[in-house]
Amino acid sequence: MKVKDAEYSLLFKTIAYVMVTIFTLVCLFPVLLIISGSLTDNETIVRNGFGLIPEKFSLDGYMYVFKYPTAILRAYGVTIFTTVVGTALGMFFITMAGFVLQRKDFKYRNQFAFYIYFTTLFGGGLVPWYIMLTKYMKLMDTYTVLIYPGLMTPFLIILMRSFIKSAIPDELVESAKIDGANDFRIYWSIVLRLSMPGIATVGLFLALQYWNDWFLSSLFINDTRKYQLQFYLYNIINTVQFIRDMAISSGVSIGNPPTEAMRMAMSVVVTGPIVFLYPFVQRYFVKGLTIGAVKG
Amino acid sequence: MFLMLLPTLLFFLINSYVPMVGIYFAFTRYNFADGLFGSPFVGFENFRFLWQSGKLMQLTLNTIGYNLAFIVLGHTLAIVCAILLSEIGARFFKKLAQSIMFLPYFVSFVLINVIAYNLLNYDTGFINSLLVRWGMEKLDFYSIPWIWVFLIIFFYLWKYLGYYAVIYLAVITGISDEYFEAAKIDGANIFQRIWYITVPMLRPTFIILLLFSLGSIMKGQFELFYQLVGNNGLLFNATDILDTYVYRSIKVTFDIGMATAAGLYQSLFGFVLIMTVNYIIRKVNEDYALF
Repeated sequence: MKVKDAEYSLLFKTIAYVMVTIFTLVCLFPVLLIISGSLTDNETIVRNGFGLIPEKFSLDGYMYVFKYPTAILRAYGVTIFTTVVGTALGMFFITMAGFVLQRKDFKYRNQFAFYIYFTTLFGGGLVPWYIMLTKYMKLMDTYTVLIYPGLMTPFLIILMRSFIKSAIPDELVESAKIDGANDFRIYWSIVLRLSMPGIATVGLFLALQYWNDWFLSSLFINDTRKYQLQFYLYNIINTVQFIRDMAISSGVSIGNPPTEAMRMAMSVVVTGPIVFLYPFVQRYFVKGLTIGAVKG
Repeated sequence: MFLMLLPTLLFFLINSYVPMVGIYFAFTRYNFADGLFGSPFVGFENFRFLWQSGKLMQLTLNTIGYNLAFIVLGHTLAIVCAILLSEIGARFFKKLAQSIMFLPYFVSFVLINVIAYNLLNYDTGFINSLLVRWGMEKLDFYSIPWIWVFLIIFFYLWKYLGYYAVIYLAVITGISDEYFEAAKIDGANIFQRIWYITVPMLRPTFIILLLFSLGSIMKGQFELFYQLVGNNGLLFNATDILDTYVYRSIKVTFDIGMATAAGLYQSLFGFVLIMTVNYIIRKVNEDYALF
């Protein structure tokens, strides 16, 4: 019997290694294609298509992207601004809400939790929300509109509540109250400090949401200077082809932009920073998710 | 203490509850001249139109169909992956694999658009150049609707596999070794150990994640769909979901009445669905229900 088990185990472990390697390669493969495409000579791409390894190395794509850097830099600026402000503000509100909602001495906490949660179940839909933001709150083309909608998600609030509940023992809060601290004081000095891992996780989720957003820009921003990064990228990849088609059909010569390579280079430039930050940051994500999963 | 909660409550009031007033638009035929609240009231006309043109049915089928595929395939694959990962001994390999698999979650949906383009476009796509090299005909992916069913599902899995696998792996790591030791002594081989211990332990997590997913079953992965399909009309029948339809109505046709009607239908349907499912689950096992 023991021999059989060892055999099965070996078989299984082999399968495990093989399959995990396959999954990992599949996850990595598209990204490699893009990087390779960004470093390939445009003509080669047009002739032979995208490949995994650049047949003919060239930095033309990048050079073209950096020829007129103002737009990209501006998009970066806008995105950094909205991400930082949005995350800071959002974290402030979310942690407060999470703290209040897990306090056992808060009488209506379940009702309020439901009030928040209900918004995920039912809503007026996209149209009334859009109308309200544009017509009545006049938020078209503002920075506010990029920050405001993402400030609080029910998912993050509930997640934060779980984190705080497991990080802050009730006795600590009680003794602080006996010592005369009011709720805000307790929140500020104690809760924030003790739930750091949870805060880091939720903060990262929030930041990621802001950084990758393109939806808000597409709906509410017409001023090209206020575009966020991802939407800017989206525009570029859609218009490069468009411009070229237009140029061809109207006989105008606009030089020969290395459209394909440029698209890829642009993608790399826009996504690059995240991927750089990623190794440092993913540890927190994984840890946070792990904690959340076990408690959840 | 209540004061600290106030900003949050106000936020949801303004952002989610007040717009519900706009549900009124679903019952009007909006025209620009009369404006929002002056447009003629047409009762259920919008709904009737959406229903009779078959649009509603198709959008519903697409939305639910895709979501079911996402949920079933996504979670199954993630669980399998998590189990495989848990059995891997080499720490470095495990961490590396986890990190790489988590990467797609980090990447924005616009990048998925670029990736799809890179792989699939007719002139320079990676797949097409491979086909040419093997002496086969090129495929114009962007005008073959049914293929996108698989493509969309593939990209969804690509993006979320790592994310869900991490969650399940966390739960698996939390399972006490004693269970496995005892089972081993009793003579269970590894497949049996997995089937009778690991899988049942994952069930509560799966159900909770399932309920969360069901809550948004009518909403679907809007960003994924829109970035992959865009405004490519040929693919709409196979790939349009309620969200993309409503979004296009705002950006392109600006048919407020119809779009709100679709949105209302979506919210209502989703609401009824999750209430029903929650009720059923509560009857089966009270602990698992969401509320």
